[in-house]
Amino acid sequence: MKKFTARFLLTPAVGSLFLWMIVPLVMSIYFSLIRYNLMSPGEHEYIGLMNYEFFVTDPAFWPAVLNTFLLIGSVIVITLVFGMALALLVNDKFPGQSIVRVLLISPFFVMPAVNALLWKHMMMNPIYGVLAQVWRFFGAQPVNWLESYPLLSVIIMVSWQWLPFACLIFITSLQSMDREQLEAARMDGANYVQQFRYLYLPHLSRSVAVVVMIEMIFLLSVFAEIFTTTGGGPGFASTNVAFLIFVQGLMNFDVGVASAGGLFAVLLANIASVFLIRIIGKSLEK
Amino acid sequence: MDKTLLWVRTGAAWLVALLIFFPILWLGMTAFKTELQAISVPPKFFFTPTLENFIEVQSRSDYLLYAKNSLITSVASTLLGLLIAAPAAYSMAFFQTRRTKDLLVWMLSTKMMPAVGVLIPVYVVYQQFQLLDTRLGLTIIFTMSNLPIMVWMLYSYFKDIPREILEAARMDGATLYDEFRHVILPLGIGGLASTALLCLVLSWNESFWSLNLSSAKAGTLATLIASYSSPEGLFWAKLSAASLMAIAPIIVFGWFCQKQLVQGLTFGAVK
Amino acid sequence: MKLKLTAALCLVAFAAAAHADTELVIATVNNGHMVTMEKMGKFFEKDNPGIKLKWVTLEEGTLRQRVTTDIATKGGQFDVMTIGMYETPIWGKKGWLAEIKPDAKYDIDDMLPAMRQGLSVNGKLYAAPFYGESSMLMYRSDLVEKAGLKMPANPTWTQIRDIAAKINDPAKGVYGICLRGKPGWGDNMAFLTTLVNSYGGQWFDMKWKPQLTTKPWKDAITFYVDLLKKYGPPGSSANSFNEILALYNEGKCGMWVDATIAASFITDPKQSKVADKVAFAPAPVQVTAKGSNWLWAWALAVPASSTKQEAAEKFIRWATSKDYINLVGREVGWGNVPTGTRKSTYANADFLKAAKFADAEKAAIISANPKDSTLPKSPYVGVQFASIPEFQAIGIATGQQMSAALAGKVSVDKALELSQQAADREMKKAGYYK
Repeated sequence: MKKFTARFLLTPAVGSLFLWMIVPLVMSIYFSLIRYNLMSPGEHEYIGLMNYEFFVTDPAFWPAVLNTFLLIGSVIVITLVFGMALALLVNDKFPGQSIVRVLLISPFFVMPAVNALLWKHMMMNPIYGVLAQVWRFFGAQPVNWLESYPLLSVIIMVSWQWLPFACLIFITSLQSMDREQLEAARMDGANYVQQFRYLYLPHLSRSVAVVVMIEMIFLLSVFAEIFTTTGGGPGFASTNVAFLIFVQGLMNFDVGVASAGGLFAVLLANIASVFLIRIIGKSLEK
Repeated sequence: MDKTLLWVRTGAAWLVALLIFFPILWLGMTAFKTELQAISVPPKFFFTPTLENFIEVQSRSDYLLYAKNSLITSVASTLLGLLIAAPAAYSMAFFQTRRTKDLLVWMLSTKMMPAVGVLIPVYVVYQQFQLLDTRLGLTIIFTMSNLPIMVWMLYSYFKDIPREILEAARMDGATLYDEFRHVILPLGIGGLASTALLCLVLSWNESFWSLNLSSAKAGTLATLIASYSSPEGLFWAKLSAASLMAIAPIIVFGWFCQKQLVQGLTFGAVK
Repeated sequence: MKLKLTAALCLVAFAAAAHADTELVIATVNNGHMVTMEKMGKFFEKDNPGIKLKWVTLEEGTLRQRVTTDIATKGGQFDVMTIGMYETPIWGKKGWLAEIKPDAKYDIDDMLPAMRQGLSVNGKLYAAPFYGESSMLMYRSDLVEKAGLKMPANPTWTQIRDIAAKINDPAKGVYGICLRGKPGWGDNMAFLTTLVNSYGGQWFDMKWKPQLTTKPWKDAITFYVDLLKKYGPPGSSANSFNEILALYNEGKCGMWVDATIAASFITDPKQSKVADKVAFAPAPVQVTAKGSNWLWAWALAVPASSTKQEAAEKFIRWATSKDYINLVGREVGWGNVPTGTRKSTYANADFLKAAKFADAEKAAIISANPKDSTLPKSPYVGVQFASIPEFQAIGIATGQQMSAALAGKVSVDKALELSQQAADREMKKAGYYK
C-alpha cells in the first residue's frame, strides 16, 4: 500500500519528464542518421554516422568543447568567490542593508537577452559604451571588448547574471550560522581568516555544492548571450558547444548534424553529471 | 564593535551594490533619453526625461498583449509545476528508496540537453498537436524545463520536516490528504513559496522557446525584445525602453519577494 | 430543444465571427521600410474589412531562422513571409511557395527586370519585391573636398584607399572608411563577395570546387583587412549595416560602401547629422567591374501551406503596388518610400525631387546581373551569394574567419585556408563531388 502510494505520487513527474526526454531523443537519433537539411528536404536518405563524423571533425569542435568548460569553470569560480565575499559583507546589520540586498540580487531577474543587449551596446561598445568612457576618462585607449576579449566578455555578462544567485544562496545559508559558536571563537581571539577557514567555510560547503550544480546545469546551454553579442566569434573564440549546435541547426539548417551535436551534448552532460552525482551525493547525505 | 569598521563595511557594501546595479540603472536612464542623448559622448547623467520611446514602442507593438502572455504562461507553468512536483518530492522525501537519488539525478540531467539541439523535434511534435503559437504550448515547455529544479528544491525542504511529526500524525490515523494538508503544507509553505518564486522568474525570462514556438498570438515579452534587438538607425533608447518594460515587472516583483528568496533558497544546503 | 437552438446560434455566431476576421500573420524584418509598412497596415485593413493583420517583427537572422523552420516543417505559423532573393528560387523550386498571380492593376511589367527575374522560377513569380537594393559608395563630399581631392566617376579600390588615408582623422572622430565586418553570409560576406568579384574571384569554379585560396581572394581580403585596420573605426569586426548607419549618421565615417537603401536614411535630416554633405558614386572596382555591386530584394511570399492564400496574396499585391508607394509618399514623405522595385518610382517627379540618390541607386540596380557576376565563368546564380542550399553554411563559416582575420586573431592566409576547408567539407557532404 505504502509502496503503491509512493509510486502513484511519483508517476506524473517521472512520466511527463520521461516523455519530455524520450520523444525528442528518439527523433534526434533518427534525424542524426539521415541527411536532413531544412533548405533541401525531400531526399532523407540514411547516411550512417556521417553526421557525427562531420560534427566532431568540425574545426570549431575542440575550441567549442574547451570554451564550454572555460565558460562554466570561470563563471562558477567567479560567482563562488565574489558571491561568498558579498554574502559575508552584507550578512551583519548595517545602514541600508535591505536596500543593498535588493540592488545586489537585481541582475538575477534580468532576462538573458536583455542582459546581452545591455552589455553589448551600453556597456562594452568601444565608442559610446560606458566602459569606453571610463577608460577614456583615465586617459586609456578604450578596450574593444567583444573583439579583443570575446570569451571574457561573455564570461563577464554571464557572471553578472549568476552572481546574485550564488550570493542569495550564501546569504540564506549564513542566516543559519551558529551565533554562539562564532562569538565563542571571537572571544578566543580567532582572527578573520581563522573564522572563515574553520567556521564559515565548513558551514557554506553544502551551499557551494548547490551553486556549482545548478550553475553547471544552466551554463551548459548558455547561448543567448553568445548569439546576441559575439556571434561565436571572432573565429571560434567564443563558440561553445550549445552555440555550435545552434549554428548547425538554425543558421546552416542542417538538422542531421545538429541532432548529432545535440546527442554529443547529452554525452557531455552525462560526463558532467558523473561529477554531479559525487557532489550531490555528498551534499544530500545527512 | 568599533565604529570605523562598520562604516568601512557599509561603504564597501553600498559601493559594490551600486556597481552591480549600475547597468540596470543605466538601462533605465537610457530609456528616458532621446536617441541622440543615448549615444552622446561623454554620457549624460542629467537630462530632461522623455516618454517618447515608450510611446513609440507601444505604438508599434501591443505591450499589454505580450505582458499578458508572459504573465499567464509563467503563472500557469508555476502552478502546474507545483502540482506535479510537490507529490513527487513528497514521495521521494518520505518514501525514500535506494534509487531515489538516481532518480533525482536523472531528472536534473534532462535539463542538460541543449534546447537548440531538440528544437526541430519539438517543433514537429507541436505542429502535429497544434500547440505552435499557443499559450498552452509554452506553458507545457516551461513546466517541463523547470520541473527537475522544482522537484529537487521541494524534496530538500520536505526532507527537513521532522519525521516524528509525520509518524505521530500517521499513528493518529491521518490519511494522506490530512498529512499533506495539516503537516506538510504548513511546514513546507516557505519552501513551496520560494520554489514558486524561482520558477516564476525562470519562466518569465525564458527566451529561446518562446521566441521559436510563438509568433503573433502567444508571444511573450522575450519576443518583444527580439523585434527591437538591432533595427536600422539609432535604437538604443527604444531598445532600452522595450527592455525596461520587459524586465520591470519581474524585477519589482523580485524586490518585494526578496525576503522570501533570502530565506527560501536553501536547496537542502542548510541544516 | 432550447439547448439545441442555443448551440446552433452559437455555432452560427462563431462561424460568422470566423468569417468576419481572416487573420493574416505576417513575418517581417525590423528595418525602416518594414516598420513603415506595419504602420500603413491600417489603411489596408480599412479598405479590406474582414482581414486583420498581425505582425511578427524580428531581427534579420532570427527572422530567417523562424521562417525557414516553419516552412520546412510545414508549421503554418505565418501567412506572409518576408524572404530574400536567396531563399525565393530555392523554395520556389521545391513548391513551398504559392505563385504570386498579379492582376491587371498590379502592372507587373512596371517591375524592374532584375528584380522580377531574381524572384521567379521558370517564369513564375514566387515572391513580390517590397524593396530592392544594390550597393554603392556613399561619401562625405565636404571631407573629400577639404582634403583637396575629387571622387573619380568610377573609383577603383586603390583610389579609395588613397582617399581614405587623406580624410582619416581619428582624433576628430572621423574614420576614413567604414565597411561591414560582422560575420554572416548576409553581413560581411555580402560585401566581401562583391569585393572579391571585383578582384576577379569567385566562390566555386565550374566543377563546384571552392576557390577561397586563390589569388583574387587573398589579394582582396588582404586589402580589406589592411584598409580597415588603418582607416576604419574601432570594433569593425562587429559592424554590419545598422551599426555603420549609426556611425555614419553621427558623422564618423568618411566613406561607406553598402546597400543603396542606406541613402534614404543618411540623407534624411531627421536622423542624420550629415544629411546635406553626402554624395554617391558606383561601388569601387578593381580588376573587373563585374559583380562589384550586389543585388538583393526583401520580398513578400505566401507559403504553399497557408490556408489563407487568397487574403495573403491580396495583401501582398497591395504592399508591393504603385499605390502603396504613393501612399507612403503622401503619409510619410517621398524620401522614405520603398525603392528599387518599380520603374515608375524612378519616373515620379515627387520622388526625384525628394531623393537625390535616385539616379545612383537606379544605375546600381540595373547594372547588377546575378547570372553573370564573376570574371571566370561560375556555375551559380547570385552576385553576393550562390543560390544553393549549402551556401548559408559556407558563407557563415567563411564570414566567421574573415571577421577573425579582421580582428587580428588569425592571419588572412590561415583564415582563407580554414574557410576553404569548411567549404570543401560542406560541398563534399552535399555530394557535389567526392
